[in-house]
Amino acid sequence: MAGNRIDRRFARLREDGRKALVPFITAGDPSPQSTVALMHTLVRAGADLLELGVPFSDPMADGPVIQASSERAVANGVNLEQIFAWVSEFRRDDRQTPVILMGYMNPVERYGYRATAHAAQQAGVDGFLLVDCPPEEGADLHSAFREAGLHQIFLLAPTTTDARVADICRKASGFVYYVSLKGVTGSSQLRAEELNTALTRIRRHTELPLAVGFGIKDAGSAAIAAETADAVVVGSALVSALNGAEDEHQANAIAEQVLAPMRRALDNGPVALVS
Amino acid sequence: MQTATARSDIFSAITDQPDSTGHFGPFGGSYVSETLMASLQQLRDAYRQFQQDADFIARIDHDLAHYVGRPSPVYFAERLSRHIGGAKIVLKREDLNHTGAHKINNTVGQGLLAKAMGKRRVIAETGAGQHGVASATVAARLGLDCVVYMGEVDIERQAINVYRMKLLGAEVRPVGAGSRTLKDALNEALRDWVTNVDDTFYIIGTVAGPDPYPAMVRDFNSVIGREAKRQMAVQFGRQPDALVACVGGGSNAIGLFYPYINDHQVAIYGVEAAGRGLASGAHAASLCAGQVGVLHGSRTYVLDDDNGQIQHTHSVSAGLDYPGVGPEHAWLKDTGRAQYVGIDDQEALAAFHALTRWEGILPALESSHALAYAMKLAAEMSSDQLVLVNLSGRGDKDVHTVAALEGIAL
Repeated sequence: MAGNRIDRRFARLREDGRKALVPFITAGDPSPQSTVALMHTLVRAGADLLELGVPFSDPMADGPVIQASSERAVANGVNLEQIFAWVSEFRRDDRQTPVILMGYMNPVERYGYRATAHAAQQAGVDGFLLVDCPPEEGADLHSAFREAGLHQIFLLAPTTTDARVADICRKASGFVYYVSLKGVTGSSQLRAEELNTALTRIRRHTELPLAVGFGIKDAGSAAIAAETADAVVVGSALVSALNGAEDEHQANAIAEQVLAPMRRALDNGPVALVS
Repeated sequence: MQTATARSDIFSAITDQPDSTGHFGPFGGSYVSETLMASLQQLRDAYRQFQQDADFIARIDHDLAHYVGRPSPVYFAERLSRHIGGAKIVLKREDLNHTGAHKINNTVGQGLLAKAMGKRRVIAETGAGQHGVASATVAARLGLDCVVYMGEVDIERQAINVYRMKLLGAEVRPVGAGSRTLKDALNEALRDWVTNVDDTFYIIGTVAGPDPYPAMVRDFNSVIGREAKRQMAVQFGRQPDALVACVGGGSNAIGLFYPYINDHQVAIYGVEAAGRGLASGAHAASLCAGQVGVLHGSRTYVLDDDNGQIQHTHSVSAGLDYPGVGPEHAWLKDTGRAQYVGIDDQEALAAFHALTRWEGILPALESSHALAYAMKLAAEMSSDQLVLVNLSGRGDKDVHTVAALEGIAL
């Protein structure tokens, strides 16, 4: 899968000794017209990979911010077809930045496993993270993604046992996403030591890049996570800020404001933050 | 100890479903975030362990007998049957249980399991409020903290049950997301559980959700069918020709059906809420009109749109107002062992009145769906045949709804 943008991007980051910044936005929120422009803005503000949320009516692993965002996008009629079209449009100007679709199983069930994998690949999507699809349930889907050259990104949690970590890491490709907290997206406090211990444990089982999400709110928490992680995902904090935007122009400005300090923190390391 | 030996068969398997991975054929499973996997495994292990624990079983048997008031009677609705003029309609009187519905069978079991696992807090989701009340009840009895998640729409239409839960010491947390009904309450309870897994036990109220819930809730409710089998043999000298039960998530239905699954001479009918009619789109009949998808941790029939978004449902009864269904029902449908049919709001209301007037029994609107279908079925059967209906709950909670529908201000 050397052709996948995710692998190429992480190889490049590793060479450069840099950490990846991965913003999450819900496709079609704050408005359907804003998504493609926002994706470009996020890249300009320092994003290395993009996570695009596929809205779902029942986002059971998400906190209030992403729930509300998903609800707005569902109300806007956003669907997979449209999201593929947006990614295609994005790809006209950006052939390098990996795009990962993140969501829940049922929209993919309805679109069809092979149809989803094929359309996603055609559009220029690089991977899928389906929150409610643990490796043991998704064998058919997993092979559909694999055949299309897409990575299926799996989650690991603080409560995941060593045996499961090993098993999931064997099935994983692209990168492994560590949920740094018990709880839903947007939950509070990230603890540096716990995170360090957890990522060290995971690294015994895989050489894949490790991303950390759930609990990255600002430059400070991003820098803490990046001490041991290869990538930090910022979701709720960004989605929440974007929700205040009155128009597309303002949305782009907000995206830049949220991301730029995180980028600086990742590049300069946590020391620079301690005044 | 005689009650214990009489009932401790609730953990004896009738079928080999679910399999060792929690699937009923292609249905069920554990479609949840990794953050829940460890908690589910802990629950599976504990449930497996306590099924072998004689003290635990004795505690369940004791509470079912002396706290719930089991066995619930099997009652021949003679005047109603004569009025219909066909098969004899027999009622399994789950409405006579403590708290007024079958839901307590499950909450007694899960409450005792929570206590045995050392959890100090239980959470639950509720639609009609019956499961919330049943959870708050066992929490009060066992000295556990209790939080019940309930959709804002349901809170409005089930005000009495909300107050009952509060009286029992539970905190009722309104859920304003999505359709503000049962499905959203379930999402919110799952989020709570993910966040507070260390000290919290999630009492799911129906045979939906990820493994082991569908099997566990079925087992605790299977006391309904196990009792009915013994009672039918004693009172009628034979088993019924047909079983009828309403299906929202499907816990009362599976409780009656499961012990009869291998008795192929007994026909099985699950009755879904057809709301304003299956053609109207305003219903909650996942098995009759849905397609296979993934919701709340299991693969099953769901009501969704072309984009895979779960649809808002409608039923006159809050307890049936759910866009998914337990995976074992999906399996029973696909294997042909059970048939699933729809009864609309008007038919259910007519059955509510019929039972009230002919027998002096006020059925829950949920159970009225089962009764309405049983009345149709009985009319086409002969007078020497028997139809056993699960009267899953009493209708006191629905009096305000029925009055409002008929333009009566109380």
